[in-house]
Amino acid sequence: MVARPSVHDASLVPFPSLTRRTMQHLKASLPSIAVIAVLIAAWWAAVIAVHSLIFPTPWAVITGTWELIYNGTLWQHITASLTRVAIGFGLAVCVAVPLGLWMGWVRGAYTTLNPIFQILRPISPIAWIPIAILWFGIGNVSPVYLIFISSVFPMVVQTTVGVHTIEKRYLRAAENFGVSRRILFTRVVIPAVLPQIVVGMRIGLGVAWLVVVAAEMIALHSGLGYMIMDSRNAGNRYDLVVAGMIIIGLIGLSLDGLMRLLEGNRWVRWRYAH
Amino acid sequence: MRTKIEARELTKSFESDKGRLQVVEKVSFSVREGEFVALVGPSGCGKTTLMNLIAGFIRSDSGTVLIDSMPHSKPDSRGILISQQGSVFPWLTVRENLMFGLNAHPPAEHADIADRYADIVGLKGFEDSFPHELSGGMLKRVELARALVVKPDILYMDEPFSALDALMSLRMRNELLRILAKERHTVLLITHDVEEAIHLADRILVLSSRPTRIQATFEVPFSHPRKLTSAAPQELRMSILRELGVEQD
Repeated sequence: MVARPSVHDASLVPFPSLTRRTMQHLKASLPSIAVIAVLIAAWWAAVIAVHSLIFPTPWAVITGTWELIYNGTLWQHITASLTRVAIGFGLAVCVAVPLGLWMGWVRGAYTTLNPIFQILRPISPIAWIPIAILWFGIGNVSPVYLIFISSVFPMVVQTTVGVHTIEKRYLRAAENFGVSRRILFTRVVIPAVLPQIVVGMRIGLGVAWLVVVAAEMIALHSGLGYMIMDSRNAGNRYDLVVAGMIIIGLIGLSLDGLMRLLEGNRWVRWRYAH
Repeated sequence: MRTKIEARELTKSFESDKGRLQVVEKVSFSVREGEFVALVGPSGCGKTTLMNLIAGFIRSDSGTVLIDSMPHSKPDSRGILISQQGSVFPWLTVRENLMFGLNAHPPAEHADIADRYADIVGLKGFEDSFPHELSGGMLKRVELARALVVKPDILYMDEPFSALDALMSLRMRNELLRILAKERHTVLLITHDVEEAIHLADRILVLSSRPTRIQATFEVPFSHPRKLTSAAPQELRMSILRELGVEQD
């Protein structure tokens, strides 16, 4: 037999599967990179064409961002926003998951509480701002409260739906083996609902990130929302406004990516197999 | 031999949009300890309802089920149900699935017992796999092993192999017979496959269409391994099919 050199030969390519996957990824994201490039070019051309004195060019945004990085304020604002989200969202998870499990499992809890949640859920978190200020004043508690209130409902709903959609055959099997209530919950109900909980968390975190920026625009002295409003108020620094917007978008994307990593976890992966 | 299962005048009806639907009507029969009984009937005749009544998953309108001469109204691990759709937990590994029902043993022994049963059904090496990584036939083996591991007196099998292809179904039947030869369980099997019933059962009860009653009983006097193509089993098959209203030349 003649030995044929192969592209998968370990001596030729150190990480054959890795490089191939990177290339595939790159190929798949080419169109979206192209669209972004076209948009930036159009933006640049438009600013030059209308001779705008206020609206920044992409280059002005880059230099503005650099200025924020250099004087250290960008990190302060990012840390402030992320901390608020972490606390508000963390509290919401602690409340929503047990509450959702309870409402899903106990029929009476569902019929009693579900109508209230269905009424509260469509209220925009922005509509809560005056009440948040009334109750908690202008400080860190108000945005944390707004994040909590906005992310808790989607997570309760998803968890409840998760319990309701556990297939009967699994509950029946558990009943058949005569396991204790504790085993039923830890080995059947919670693992079965976990994928739905993760979906709820992904939705909840997305909403939380939307809300923190909006809440910070109203009051406070730190956070990316504050930074945007402050840049406008203090001398029409629209380069910093746009920089803030892009940074918010990028952080939101990373948070979603983080939650999607959770979906690859072994406790959740079974749901997405097949 | 002792009587293991006794059904006395079991009757069940369901409420539907079109009114009351009588599904099971005065069904009485008994199964001896270690006996393999197959219930054969046309689809939609109420076989599954009858099985659920006997296993204790649903309550009958009237009549009683006795297991070891004691009234039986709730499912427990003395009788494990294996259904067509399967109920292997997709979020647990094969080993964790097999360990699920083990409460009677000290926890330290659970993994060893589970692995022993994985070996018995031919799943050695797959203990840490998740169900979605297994084929349909392997999933059935997990289901069977998970039932056997709790040493149930009775196996309730509701069309257990009908979702498998013909070859895998045949292989699983042989596997089941091999295991039953070692661990003597009482088995109640529901099937619409007459050949499967003749292959496996000691006795075949033919059910009527809805509301289901026991229409006929056939003994299967052939010793294992059975050669289904020989004259006597073929003759039995014809008689059962005739009873089911399927005439063949």
